[in-house]
Amino acid sequence: MSEAITLRYTVPGDDFTRAGEASADVKRNLKRMGVDREAVRKAAIALYEGEINLAIHAGGGEITVTLTPDTIVMLLEDHGPGIPDISLAMSEGWSTAPDEVRSLGFGAGMGLPNMKKYSDRFDIQSTVGVGTTIRMEVDLA
Amino acid sequence: MTTELLRQLDFTPLVDAEEREITGGFCGDLLSWAMGRCTEGQVWFTVMGNLNAVAVASLADAAAIVLCHGAALMPDALARARSEGINVFATDLPEYEACVAFAREME
Ligand SMILES: Nc1ncnc2c1ncn2[C@@H]1O[C@H](COP(=O)(O)OP(=O)(O)O)[C@@H](O)[C@H]1O
Ligand SMILES: [Mg+2]
Repeated sequence: MSEAITLRYTVPGDDFTRAGEASADVKRNLKRMGVDREAVRKAAIALYEGEINLAIHAGGGEITVTLTPDTIVMLLEDHGPGIPDISLAMSEGWSTAPDEVRSLGFGAGMGLPNMKKYSDRFDIQSTVGVGTTIRMEVDLA
Repeated sequence: MTTELLRQLDFTPLVDAEEREITGGFCGDLLSWAMGRCTEGQVWFTVMGNLNAVAVASLADAAAIVLCHGAALMPDALARARSEGINVFATDLPEYEACVAFAREME
């Protein structure tokens, strides 16, 4: 029971419509394992925003989700352009998303704020030209 | 109140998934706003009928999507809504009017 369960995904950078598959799969798996509903909901929302960001801003990336007895840990890693000003990127409404993304209903600049809002612990590290790593944790009730 | 209410309002069922308890309504077209603010069991009024909208409804645990203004549900979104069990209804009413009709019934 103390053993952690790990799920891994590769998010493609070219197919925006496929973004969401990892978070949907995580949601299905966690639900099936009987993880607390609200925790699953929070984790799935935070992860979906992260997945979309990997697809539209970073040219793709890797997601690792680990379920421990008391926490859902989500790690998002990419080797995209990085974020020059993290506090600006974290503010509601700030976005560099292209028009085609906006026409699909994203690019409202709410992704990173949502990710922070829905996780109990949120950490972002980014270096321009190197990439971005985000760690989010959602506590089980 | 359940999603049966949406049928009584003469919204057209496009995807008939399981009947869900309704907790309220949410209106908006920006997917990240919907995802951040639409809470579990709410009926989501929007014009977004694409794949991403279905993913958002599923992740946010919305009780149903109501596509307003006669907006189209894309074929791939229809398939996804079926496989994920998301209720989708359509109406020619503008979002505001669809919400007003819904709110009256919710009282
Ligand atoms: N993984 C990432 N790599 C590079 N830039 C990113 C990444 N995630 C977010 N950003 C930058 O931060 C901005 C804000 O992100 P977000 O809040 O998700 O809003 P949106 O995705 O709607 O633009 C993005 O427009 C982009 O410039
Ligand atoms: Mg985003």
